[in-house]
Amino acid sequence: MQAGPLIRISHLKKQYETEAGPVPVLHDVTLDIQEGEFVAIMGPSGSGKSTFMNILGCLDTPTGGRYELQGHDVAKMDGDELARLRNHVIGFVFQGFNLLPRANLETNVALPLLYARVGKSERLERARKLLTQTGLGKYAKSLPNQISGGQQQRVAIARALAGKPDLILADEPTGNLDSHTSQEIMEIFTRLNAEDGITIVLVTHESDIARYAKRLVRFVDGDIVHDGGVHEEAL
Amino acid sequence: MIGVMLGEAWHAMAANRMRTFLTMLGMVIGVGAVILMMAIGQGVQYSINQSIASMGSNLFLVVSGSTTSGGVRLGGGAAPTLTVGDAEAIAELPNIAAAAPVASGSAQVIYGPNNWSTGISGVTPDYLEVANWELADGYWMSDSDVRSATRVAVLGNTVAKNLFGDESPLGKTIRIKQSPFIIIGVLAPKGQALDGRDQDDTILVPVRTAQRQLLGQQFQNAVRHIMVQAVSAEAMNQAERDMNDLLRQRHRVRAGADDDFTVRNMTAMANTAAETAKLMSLLLGAIASISLVVGGVGIMNIMLVSVTERTREIGIRMAIGARRRDILAQFLLEAISISVAGCTIGVALGVGGALLVNQLTQTPVVITFASIALGFAVATAVGVFFGYYPAHQAAGLRPIEALRYQ
Repeated sequence: MQAGPLIRISHLKKQYETEAGPVPVLHDVTLDIQEGEFVAIMGPSGSGKSTFMNILGCLDTPTGGRYELQGHDVAKMDGDELARLRNHVIGFVFQGFNLLPRANLETNVALPLLYARVGKSERLERARKLLTQTGLGKYAKSLPNQISGGQQQRVAIARALAGKPDLILADEPTGNLDSHTSQEIMEIFTRLNAEDGITIVLVTHESDIARYAKRLVRFVDGDIVHDGGVHEEAL
Repeated sequence: MIGVMLGEAWHAMAANRMRTFLTMLGMVIGVGAVILMMAIGQGVQYSINQSIASMGSNLFLVVSGSTTSGGVRLGGGAAPTLTVGDAEAIAELPNIAAAAPVASGSAQVIYGPNNWSTGISGVTPDYLEVANWELADGYWMSDSDVRSATRVAVLGNTVAKNLFGDESPLGKTIRIKQSPFIIIGVLAPKGQALDGRDQDDTILVPVRTAQRQLLGQQFQNAVRHIMVQAVSAEAMNQAERDMNDLLRQRHRVRAGADDDFTVRNMTAMANTAAETAKLMSLLLGAIASISLVVGGVGIMNIMLVSVTERTREIGIRMAIGARRRDILAQFLLEAISISVAGCTIGVALGVGGALLVNQLTQTPVVITFASIALGFAVATAVGVFFGYYPAHQAAGLRPIEALRYQ
């Protein structure tokens, strides 16, 4: 792996064009994230934290500034290269789980491997292994709506891990879950960070969730107002 | 990859059974119509070509012209102006291969307890070749049969069947207008003529025998028409001019007066009939193709709806690494699947319908592998053509907008 941070963001700007004129969402964000970090991003609604995550995940493009992932300028990449990044480097976990409703769990987990052109038997084998690791091996043939929300989120994490990513981006991963299930999910993230060295960036508005992270970034009105340790006064 | 995508296409189709069925129905009807129409069109073409092939090539038919009797103009063939002598003279012309005079009428024929009304043609030995006919059994009449007006007869297949059944007619004696005739041969079956007449319902006898003993014409030696074969297709125009000149001269038609005969170019007529049939076949196919296009528009419509409904799914797929061409391929494959599945059912229904038409109306139908292959090719093309736009729309979505879509 190359030297330097996993993520280097400098003077990042994002504004949306509306009929009433441009609406700035991110003003001037500069931030480095090193490999192996566990970062929680907090902030009130409309503070730009979700937009920031989408740009990190190469789902959205900034209107200004520079974003380097693994030392490469994302702005210079074409659609296929970005798709490859989302497949191999980044794993997404969403608030709404975003599993394909018609596909069974092992197919859902194997989906990133399909787009990575992994052969069928290996694909399903890896998917089953990941499901077993998350304790859902016996539901491999079930459909997403046949299991609970917490279980669905564990499947979504398994899917995010299928491409063996360096970075997991989780946008309010516990937003739809009760506190007990949320703890279980956060324990999975903590273990992935500690044992497998996977960099984790998660957006949340719950202090209890943010406490699992090692670094806290707080957005207010498109600017970073806190970047540092997870202290009580920062939460 | 393709396998998985086909599986996904199947899931997507199965998730909305009624909608998939209705979308497919457009293709089913379109392909079914094309297959059915082509089967019928080609069937008509086939039977016309059969008739033409049975007719002989480079053929003219010379019929006697009209005559005016007491101010009443009678139609063509009414005046018995053509003779065996005319035929012999025509046969001497340079571009003519053969000329066969035909004196025809009809009569009741009797064999034992059976009797049958049929056409009697008095012909010369050249007739067999000019009319492109073959003997199934026995032998053909000779020049001496014509010269000495012997009472021999060659039966058409239909007559032989009706009078003799399974028995062999050779050597048997039948009575035509009370005169006994010995059967020397049976003709090979020829089928329908262009006008639908059964060509096998006939008896051939030597021309002189017919003239003297059967037809009782008012003018000795007159014939109904002369079949003339030119040496080649290229020689036909020259042959026609020569024949006109010769017959005007022989019939002493004054310059400026109307011909008392008519020369018909049968090959040209046959070609016209074949062209007409081909055009009809094409027209039927074209009309049926329109329904195929309508079916394609139906697929496009439903695929656009499907893309909109599944925008979020597209977003998820993009977020976990699907490239644009993966999304494009997925939706394109789905459109093609609907199209080809509809086509398969359509081919089955079209073939079934064609066979049913054949059973019910006895119309010949021709189902070729080519028309089925064409059906599949067109259906795939329709799937690609009408599926491409919606698939392109899907692939062109921006990941973030697709994911946010509710």
